[in-house]
Amino acid sequence: MTLTQNHFELFGFPVDFDIDQQQLSERYRELQRNLHPDRYANAPDQEHRLAVQRAAQVNEAFQTLKSPLQRARYLLQLKGFDIDAEKETHQDAEFLMQQIELREALAEVQTAADPLDALSGIMQSIRESQAGLIAELQKRFAAKDEVDHLETRQVVQKMQFFSRLQQQAEEIEEQLVDAL
Amino acid sequence: MALLQISEPGQSTRPHEHRLAVGIDLGTTNSLVATVRSGKADTLPDEQQRHLLPSVVRYQADQPPLVGEEARRAATEDPLNTISSVKRYMGRGLQDIKNLTNRHAYEFADTDSNVPRFHTAMGDVTPVEVSSEILKVLKQRAEKSLGGELAGVVITVPAYFDDAQRQATKDAAKLAGLNVFRLLNEPTAAAVAYGLDKSAEGIIAVYDLGGGTFDISILRLNKGVFEVLATAGDSALGGDDFDRAIATWIMQQAGINDDADHHQLRRLMHEACAAKEALTEAERTTLKIELEDGSVWQGELDRERMHQLIDPLIQKTLLPCRRALRDAGISADEVQAVVMVGGSTRVPRVREKVGEAFKQEPLVDINPDTVVAIGAAIQADVLAGNKPDDEMLLLDVIPLSLGLETMGGLVEKIIPRNTTIPVARAQDFTTFKDGQTAMTIHVLQGERELVSDCRSLGRFTLHGIPAMVAGAARIRVSFQVDADGLLSVTAREETTGVQSGIEVKPSYGLTDSEIETMLRDSIEHAEDDVAARKLLEQQVEADRVLEALAVALAQDRALLSEAERTQIERAASRLQVKRDGKDHLAIKAAIEELDKTASDFVARRMDSSIRKALAGHKVEEFAGEEK
Repeated sequence: MTLTQNHFELFGFPVDFDIDQQQLSERYRELQRNLHPDRYANAPDQEHRLAVQRAAQVNEAFQTLKSPLQRARYLLQLKGFDIDAEKETHQDAEFLMQQIELREALAEVQTAADPLDALSGIMQSIRESQAGLIAELQKRFAAKDEVDHLETRQVVQKMQFFSRLQQQAEEIEEQLVDAL
Repeated sequence: MALLQISEPGQSTRPHEHRLAVGIDLGTTNSLVATVRSGKADTLPDEQQRHLLPSVVRYQADQPPLVGEEARRAATEDPLNTISSVKRYMGRGLQDIKNLTNRHAYEFADTDSNVPRFHTAMGDVTPVEVSSEILKVLKQRAEKSLGGELAGVVITVPAYFDDAQRQATKDAAKLAGLNVFRLLNEPTAAAVAYGLDKSAEGIIAVYDLGGGTFDISILRLNKGVFEVLATAGDSALGGDDFDRAIATWIMQQAGINDDADHHQLRRLMHEACAAKEALTEAERTTLKIELEDGSVWQGELDRERMHQLIDPLIQKTLLPCRRALRDAGISADEVQAVVMVGGSTRVPRVREKVGEAFKQEPLVDINPDTVVAIGAAIQADVLAGNKPDDEMLLLDVIPLSLGLETMGGLVEKIIPRNTTIPVARAQDFTTFKDGQTAMTIHVLQGERELVSDCRSLGRFTLHGIPAMVAGAARIRVSFQVDADGLLSVTAREETTGVQSGIEVKPSYGLTDSEIETMLRDSIEHAEDDVAARKLLEQQVEADRVLEALAVALAQDRALLSEAERTQIERAASRLQVKRDGKDHLAIKAAIEELDKTASDFVARRMDSSIRKALAGHKVEEFAGEEK
């Protein structure tokens, strides 16, 4: 393992969107068993410091590989297609409509008769959309050498939108539940 | 056939001598020390067979500080010089403390420092110094009963402690002359003791309500791996607050004014605590308070009234429980056991409410006072290298998000809460003026958007940025949180590769030089010699480096070219020469030189052990397929 190794190589996986989550968790534990700074509690400072860095790198890689969104982003980045959240390319009209509707629905949750119920409906809809996009990513990345990276990037950007929306929904849920 | 012995990376091939290691639970109300002997973890008692050491320190003029039960008994007669619940003051500023509670039992010295100083008969003392007195007593107790010097300790801290509170705890250990293997989160320690004792697997919740702090951690236990999924809490909420609520009620009933003297307040807290404990068993209890005019007020407190007083406080612990479950992505019915830790979970009302929140009876069959120290002792034993084959691994998280101040007093999060540690993140900055050579980064901890709502950890000033036109420099600042949950920051200008110097100004901590001064003072009191101690420290580190290198060369000679090996061996023999001398600075320099020469080798070795780990794993998977 070196700093130049990518997250997939570090875990001994092929550079691919499909990952066996069970294997990922097992390898993660195996790597941390060997690398965690606690294994170097008696080692000289230099080795201990290095273990902290490597363990942090393994944690970072694990988080990236575990999440479909982050994994897809990372794959595109490896191919030279950076996702810049600030510069979203334009999306199809249907998606834009859905985006506006969900945002409005979320803004109105607080005034709904049963806010938590309204919120759980929205969260369900977000989850369904995310599942659909993950399936689409799977299909696109399965094309291997013929992946259309630009189109795939648009899918990833859609996922980023839903991920942010989900975060907002969770924050609202936290406020609602805490106020109970 | 003789089997080949292969040792773990970083561990000696020499037959291992048992190294003395203990776990310390440095609590708000009581502290404990525990160790593993003949495979069994136990707390260590003092000469009078008392296991709990009250976390109380009394300062008197021209006398060494008095710690423990004797100090606790003096609390009412000598309140200003007798410091209890010092944990509440660790890593906090004077203003925080005033906000914590409006009624204060101590006098604080007027200083321009942000670190509070208790004004006592022995002079002004910081919370770090008070804590170090408690640690010193536990250290002596352990060394006496184990018959030797401690190789290292694991000290527990509330999971919800922020960086400043953790750093303060580590500083106290340093002052007490302890080598800290690790700061371990209290709920994680409890999970270790509970998990190993019951061979538990799956998801558990640890509800830890101590004297002054509250933590909730959700963990996954899997084949010796204790993985914290989420943690939440309140580092200023505990059983003390129950007492305070009851004491306030007594004051109202008895007509005692808010400006009552320190003695009266201490007596009230004492009476309130006794009433709370009595109501664990009884339905009602009588109260008796001697008033300032000499008359005696008598009253009664029943369970129902006490519930009214403490329910809002218990409610304050249930919100973090829900948040931790949410962050862990776990629902209450997926939790297989709720482990109750901390003396305050003895209050029946707490058990009842926690049971409702998790929809199950919480487990109360473990001793809530000792379980944290026991878990810490088990971890200390592993970290000392006494169990080389042990598979135990603790994966913890950072309890509060780390962020940076940006334009307009806003906080930009760089590491979100509940991220597994160790963790490192880099952020790029640039200069906004031509020729700018320095900049300051303000680091905060907390969940809110505004700088004013988060906790300031410190200001990091970068120096030595190469002068360039505005916006041309690219300064990569790396934030690293280690396994103790402590933050360190490094910076580098990327276009020139120049490493920037960083000056840290902790918002609520002692600076390195303040610690150094305290250390020197305390060593002088012990009539020890500073230079001798420094020399010994460097010699120990030199021996450790040389021993590790000898093992490494014996194992992995193949990873080096002839020339590389010669270079490393030369640096090692230079260190050996310096090590036998008397100059601690020369030893330090020789260690650094050897570190530099061998750094590639160390990295290659670690990488090769990782490859072996993954290769071994593939073999296991293959074997699994054959079944």
